[in-house]
Amino acid sequence: MSAITDERRPDDASTPDDATPPGGGQGREALRQMENPHQARAIKDVVARVVMWFCFFLAIVPLVWILWTVISKGIHLLGSVQWWTGNQRNINSDDAGGGARHAIEGTLQMVAVTALIAVPIGIFTAVYLVEYGRGKLARAISFTVDILSGVPSIVAALFIYAVWVTTFGLSRSGFAASLALVLLMIPVVVRSTEEMLKLVPNELREAAYALGVPKWVTVVKVVLRTAFSGIVTGVLLGIARVMGETAPLLILAPYTKNFQRDLFAGNFPTLPMMINQDRGDFALATAAERMWAAALTLIILVLILNIIGRVIAYFGSVKK
Amino acid sequence: MAKRIDVTDLNVYYGAFKAVEGVSMTVEPRSVTALIGPSGCGKSTVLRTLNRMHEVIPGGRVEGKVMLDDQDLYAPSMDPVTVRRTIGMVFQRPNPFPTMSIYDNVAAGLRLNGVKNKKTLDGIVESSLKGANLWTEVKDRLSKPGAGLSGGQQQRLCIARAIAVQPQVLLMDEPCSALDPISTLAIEDLINELKSDFTIVIVTHNMQQAARVSDRTAFFNLRATGEPGRLVEIDDTTRIFNNPSEQSTEDYISGRFG
Repeated sequence: MSAITDERRPDDASTPDDATPPGGGQGREALRQMENPHQARAIKDVVARVVMWFCFFLAIVPLVWILWTVISKGIHLLGSVQWWTGNQRNINSDDAGGGARHAIEGTLQMVAVTALIAVPIGIFTAVYLVEYGRGKLARAISFTVDILSGVPSIVAALFIYAVWVTTFGLSRSGFAASLALVLLMIPVVVRSTEEMLKLVPNELREAAYALGVPKWVTVVKVVLRTAFSGIVTGVLLGIARVMGETAPLLILAPYTKNFQRDLFAGNFPTLPMMINQDRGDFALATAAERMWAAALTLIILVLILNIIGRVIAYFGSVKK
Repeated sequence: MAKRIDVTDLNVYYGAFKAVEGVSMTVEPRSVTALIGPSGCGKSTVLRTLNRMHEVIPGGRVEGKVMLDDQDLYAPSMDPVTVRRTIGMVFQRPNPFPTMSIYDNVAAGLRLNGVKNKKTLDGIVESSLKGANLWTEVKDRLSKPGAGLSGGQQQRLCIARAIAVQPQVLLMDEPCSALDPISTLAIEDLINELKSDFTIVIVTHNMQQAARVSDRTAFFNLRATGEPGRLVEIDDTTRIFNNPSEQSTEDYISGRFG
């Protein structure tokens, strides 16, 4: 008896070894011809393991490296109260310290306005595409979203510049930058929401219809509700995507070292622009330190948003 | 509150494909009518046309007449949503709303249609769960998720959800095919109790089940794959199983094909 038959039928001694199994025994014969299938599988297993771990470390190295660099160079400014309360007014590149509050507030405000505009548009578009859209219009919209998601941020910024400044003659402002960010955020929200809505089983929609629930109520109370946590995650990914965008800010929202809470004012402080400002005087230790600290602050903001999103998603998720 | 259904010359299409052809049958009130037949013969399709659920599938449309007592379900002025409020449905796989508790699942049909009164809801949830023989098992954990119940309990939860909106007719599309024998027995007992209040139409692949639960049985068949399904005969269940008028019915019942 070969090793294989031994393993598969430990108790079935009465079956003669040469009994022809279904399929004429070709499969068994083929297995027999392999010298030692167990060993071959074990080798493949080890190779696959090694490759996967190698790729995993390859992917994780830059991440850890970036985090380590930013944290080690930026952490000590974050310990000061002034960093979280002050601004950069009258602080020159070779002066130490100063605050980043103006830029933190600016970034949060700009991103909030962006999300306020982009999230409803994105979710409604996704609902249309998944629940209502049929035929040419839906395909056209889907195609447009694809194109939009491939638009480089600087092109989006130039487009808004052309409309906002050149055509309407309005001035550059934080709001104009928000509009450019909206263009970048919409496709992220549409695509992620779409995927989440598609994951909602059709049986749930049918269950609601069969109870005499109108379609729009089904969409709002059953479909969107079931997909809620996934949609939140998608929205946060979108926010994270636009929070660090710099090109639209360079073109549309010139930096200021002062507090500026009016999104329509000519100059508007943001963290990416603060980083950019201090990068200009990188040779000075004071400026370089501020740059790393601002970068770390930006990473922390994104992290906090992600944690908030996780918490919301956890409490809104489907529980067993 | 149970009503009779009259189907006349019903053709069902999905796009250009004719799925069912020339079905005429009557479903008696306060009785169980079973639809049996081989796969693809259109029995589920016919069931879904009875509450216009086939329209949910793109391209689904019908020719012919379906009357609920004296109401034409396919009259131009008839809203499919109204039809579905009158004719409830239970599906093959239990499909409780995963985000909702047991209580919310049963109350869903009423709540989503605007009923807010807590007392009314409490009463209906309790009576529906009792009606579905589930009350004693879940009364202490009404706020737990409905998806946490066993398959058989979930299916009874879905039946409770369907009867909570107090329909005239209850359609069941192979309600036991995803369940174990014990749960199947529980559902069959339930069907027997429910038929004193509702008109029930059940699709089943299990001929023994049809023989056990139904008063009348309709046998569907199709000439060949790709051909539309059609109704071969409908008669009292005892007659269909003992002395059918058509040869193909007898062949199917006795296991000669299908």
